Amino acid sequence: MAKTIMIDGLSIPFEEGQTIMQAATDAGVYIPHLCHHPEFSPHGSCKLCTVKVNGRNCSACTFPAMEGQEVINNAKDLNADRQKITQMLFVEGNHFCPSCEKTGNCQLQAVAYHLNMLDDHFPLFYQHREVDASHADLLIDHNRCIFCTLCVRASHEHDGKEVFAISGRGINKHLIVNSESGLLKDTDVSAKDKAAHICPTGAILIKHTAYQVPIGERIYDHQQIDQVSLNSEQVDHDK
Amino acid sequence: MYEHLETADNKENLKRVVVEPVSRVEGHGKVTLLLDEDNKVKQARLHIVEFRGFERFIQGRPYWELPVLVQRLCGICPVSHHLAAAKAIDQLVGIDPVNLPVAADKLRRLLHFGQVLQSHALHFFHLSSPDLLFGFESEISKRSIIAVIEAYPDLAVQGVMLRKYGQEVIRMVSGKRVHGTGAIPGGMNKSLTKDERDYLLKDIDQIINWSVASVALIKKVHGANLPYYDDFATIRSNYLGLTKPDGALELYHGGIRAKNADGDTLIDHVDYCKYNDYIHEEVRSWTYMKFPYLLSMGQENGWYRVGPLARVNNCDYIDTPLAEIERIAFKAHSNEAMVHSTLAFHWARLIELLHCAESIKTLLNDPDVLSQDLVAKGEKRYEGIGVIEAPRGTLFHHYQVDENDIVTKANLIVSTTSNNMAMNESVRQVAAEYLSGQELTEPLLNNLEVAIRAYDPCLSCATHAIGKMPLQLELINADGKLIDKLVKGSDGHIDRNLNA
Repeated sequence: MAKTIMIDGLSIPFEEGQTIMQAATDAGVYIPHLCHHPEFSPHGSCKLCTVKVNGRNCSACTFPAMEGQEVINNAKDLNADRQKITQMLFVEGNHFCPSCEKTGNCQLQAVAYHLNMLDDHFPLFYQHREVDASHADLLIDHNRCIFCTLCVRASHEHDGKEVFAISGRGINKHLIVNSESGLLKDTDVSAKDKAAHICPTGAILIKHTAYQVPIGERIYDHQQIDQVSLNSEQVDHDK
Repeated sequence: MYEHLETADNKENLKRVVVEPVSRVEGHGKVTLLLDEDNKVKQARLHIVEFRGFERFIQGRPYWELPVLVQRLCGICPVSHHLAAAKAIDQLVGIDPVNLPVAADKLRRLLHFGQVLQSHALHFFHLSSPDLLFGFESEISKRSIIAVIEAYPDLAVQGVMLRKYGQEVIRMVSGKRVHGTGAIPGGMNKSLTKDERDYLLKDIDQIINWSVASVALIKKVHGANLPYYDDFATIRSNYLGLTKPDGALELYHGGIRAKNADGDTLIDHVDYCKYNDYIHEEVRSWTYMKFPYLLSMGQENGWYRVGPLARVNNCDYIDTPLAEIERIAFKAHSNEAMVHSTLAFHWARLIELLHCAESIKTLLNDPDVLSQDLVAKGEKRYEGIGVIEAPRGTLFHHYQVDENDIVTKANLIVSTTSNNMAMNESVRQVAAEYLSGQELTEPLLNNLEVAIRAYDPCLSCATHAIGKMPLQLELINADGKLIDKLVKGSDGHIDRNLNA
């Protein structure tokens, strides 16, 4: 008989070695997340997937599923915390959804909608961040980076390169690229790399493709992120 | 004509009357009057009291963001900014208007006609009709669209439905009624589906009928109030706008034509990419809005009017039959001379509304708007200029980019800016001819707003510049005494001068 955990009162089967996030996704239960991606090793940094396991807060993307766990996921207090975390991500960077080319295809925006985020709540930092447009095919807009490290992991684990890294601590944390000049054009990144397409926000973009998808045909125009996420990530698990 | 009222010689002992805010216009502005002891007007100014900063903060952004970012200048005519920027960035990807795919050109025109239709309907019915239907000095409770709904419910509904239809055209082409996408470098991101086309076609004959009725209404109102409507706020001016190569009315793409007050052609079929050789802008210290003028005529005489009155005055004909009949009637009113009546802006605006409705029908019946051939690409360039006839007049977008596709410089000359001098002249004319020497009452002051409103100004759009704006900081103690003053000039120089 398969081992099971309980999530919000539902019995969810899991396989040995799976995280709570993986078991939940396979069972069609959405746990909000930004830094998690089923193809890459978990990072546990965005904290959106925080759930209560036997009364204790844990990151669902890193915490192993174990027989007998009582997990609370879709609860008012947890969602309120998730909303605050999302608001903090918005005020820390410079996210202008109205003109951003990622609008409608952006996970940060979609998760904010999903969590009913109505305003920034916290004062905006208005940090001065640069745009690196030096590469012919790619652009980094540091204003929108949320330090999820998906580009770092995709470059390392999938592309076999080390193009991206996170440098600095706390408020000085920032995305850097692997070149002496510090510019993207001097790295070995390519627009075909997985790392170039993995960004959940509009921080890493393919040049000359903006707004080509009309309003009404964008990823989150007709579906919320929970449905989109489950559809795509369950497929990834089956691969 | 009334320039002497821009700055009073001796401001001491003059009474100050302020109309703030100017209502039923887009954006924030105020009018100040200085009166002597006999209530004679000695100074009258329209001040624009907000600024935005778009020219500065689009620097450093990738150029393909421009049509979507810059359209946020405005919620009333964002499509105009969207398309002017799109025309400019077409050039950055090596596409001139003649190389734009036919379908993309027609879809942009359709989008633009929807935009002008809704904006003109909004202005006439929602903002101006209370003045025109109830009188300029009517009681304040009557000066709103609510009073129009109560007194003329059918007319009010037509106004709302006309605007709604224009918004629906915009939604079908760009995905949203306000601030959609649509235009991308070198083309459009979608065409119409058959269902979308049929949805719009369903109501277009009704829209044309209502447009015809609205022109009949303004003709009746104008004719019933002669000679007042011909004289109120009226000033002789130059006129500027785009026309087609054959001189027909044009809203999306054409050459620049300017005529003087006598109707003599000053410039014609000028390539708008060379606008800087013909038009310059002047800054004055008391307003955030610049004063453009025709270089050849100088700052004093080179100011001009743009918008519906300029376009209908300037063009040789209109290429849709019902609007052309109305243009002929309009010109007959002035015996073929240039029409200088400021209130005739409303009449010209509704002739254009009808032209838009007719043009939308023509385009919806054109199979090209269903075509999938939507984008063209050429060789990269570093400078792009897009000019369009926005609802309020000629709109210039000018951008430069670097080798990394990042915007390094931007200049926008927005329609309302071109009408700045004219609006001030009209305000001064009304102040001098209708208010001077009288005891000023609130209804009487509405006359000033009626004059400004005729231009349908968008004050938010017109104050987009930052960095070169003169600013003044005053420190005043509790007794009202000025104890310190900093003045930043338009050249960026900062002075500390208590007597400035």
